[in-house]
Amino acid sequence: MAKEKKTALVKSQERLGDNVFSMWIQAGDMAQEAGPGQFISVYSKDGARLLPRPISICQLNRDSGELRIVYRVAGEGTREFSRYQAGDEVEILGPLGNGFPQVSPEKTALLVGGGIGIPPMLELAGSLSCTKLIVLGYRDQVFMAGEFEPYGKVYIATEDGSVGTKGNVLDAVREQGLTADVIMACGPVPMLRGVKSHAHAQGIECYLSLEEKMACGVGACLACVCSTKDVDSHSNVRNARICKDGPVFRAKEVEL
Amino acid sequence: MNTAVTIAGVELKNPVMTASGTFGSGQEYGEFVDLSLLGAVVTKGVSNVPWPGNPTPRIAETYGGMLNAIGLQNPGIDVFVKRDIPYLKQFDTKIIVNVCGKTAEDYIEVVERLGDEPVDLLEINISCPNVKEGGIAFGQNPKAVEAITRDVKGHAKQPVIMKLSPNVTDITEMARAAQEGGADAVSLINTLTGMKIDVNKRTFALANQTGGLSGPAIKPVAVRMVYQTAQAVKVPVIGMGGIMTTEDALEFILAGAAAVSVGTANFHNPYATADIAKGIQEYMAAHKIEDIRELIGAVK
Repeated sequence: MAKEKKTALVKSQERLGDNVFSMWIQAGDMAQEAGPGQFISVYSKDGARLLPRPISICQLNRDSGELRIVYRVAGEGTREFSRYQAGDEVEILGPLGNGFPQVSPEKTALLVGGGIGIPPMLELAGSLSCTKLIVLGYRDQVFMAGEFEPYGKVYIATEDGSVGTKGNVLDAVREQGLTADVIMACGPVPMLRGVKSHAHAQGIECYLSLEEKMACGVGACLACVCSTKDVDSHSNVRNARICKDGPVFRAKEVEL
Repeated sequence: MNTAVTIAGVELKNPVMTASGTFGSGQEYGEFVDLSLLGAVVTKGVSNVPWPGNPTPRIAETYGGMLNAIGLQNPGIDVFVKRDIPYLKQFDTKIIVNVCGKTAEDYIEVVERLGDEPVDLLEINISCPNVKEGGIAFGQNPKAVEAITRDVKGHAKQPVIMKLSPNVTDITEMARAAQEGGADAVSLINTLTGMKIDVNKRTFALANQTGGLSGPAIKPVAVRMVYQTAQAVKVPVIGMGGIMTTEDALEFILAGAAAVSVGTANFHNPYATADIAKGIQEYMAAHKIEDIRELIGAVK
């Protein structure tokens, strides 16, 4: 479908933890067309903040045309979004990027989310019909973990050891002896690097969702590139656009 | 009502163009805007061989603007000619190819390759602040501006627009030098060199340390430079720098720009170019302006 920029209505806003917020948006067609791993651009109403904030889609309700984003307040733009209440207008563009692929029902997928990379894994978990093992990593404060429980067994890692395995997501994977046919992950780059090398060592197919500072969000400005193993057809150099060619890539295609 | 303007003998259906580097070669924004509504599409800079550009982060938002240090990443002239020109040819708009290089020979190679392509105008980038060689090195000294202009003109089949940098003491000197070298038009302004520091990480916001500032924050500087340049040279001036709205575009036209380029605004509003083209018509109707040429340089 055509991407579009439009004014949508906020359905609800909820604080999930320190600086982490959940917003449902009445997005119409955009919610119907979007898939797991895609993102939307959210625009500030302050004309001095020109660039949209790319935020992953956390959940879709195609029947009602609603989509949910869960995001961390990282600056003034996201702080503004966190103040929106039900009935407020929000400017959005989407759906953007290429999301996660489907997995055959007889397979087992290991879904790994770290920090603010956890939200997109929820729609993915809900959309995959295969067996799912879900590993969620947090610094300290756990959010959204309970929402994953209907979709598979959930394993938690916290850096401070307050919940689940003390350490990172890979410590949890090893401690629990988790294995799968495919790994799908979203989170900070050091985590993704670890997941990629774990998948490579185990010979497991792996998909990673990347992020980078973006301007256009649609593939024109070449701000959000990542290094690729081979020359990619669009850039003709070893740079893929995270916003347009990603944000989800096969792990073996990207260099982190 | 006439909205057409002429740049170096090439008639644009209206004065609204895209600013190089913000619009790719049109494919991505073609999903939002009918490119046939625009006077011209100015492509991302293209060089003789593929350029990888700079490390990330390549952009940072600033108050009322943004810094970029993309570093002229582009696929090189071969891919550009095969893929991007045929795409743009589908539309009823003029094609302006922005050309970048590290040496005069690089520019000449690209310009010669484009000689037999269906390209209407060339825009020579001698003002990119984000590459170590070429780019701005050609654009900060009047003798160098004149020399590169003359070199390019000697090999170009299409009319040549020289794109000027604002990072100079007196931009009119560079514009005069370009004119002296045979430029058919000048375009200005490229971005202003800037820097942002991330106080939490205590490092530069851009991997390149410095970047080019664009967006509405630079508009008054750009309008002033377009006004001064339009007074100083006889060749047409193409104005750009922070145009977000119809009113912004009109400021440049009234200051002396024969056409305008919309850049950073595309990131904020993917429909910005078409909105502005339509807005100019509405302004002309409301103010009973029969011919847009009545507005060009009308404020003296």
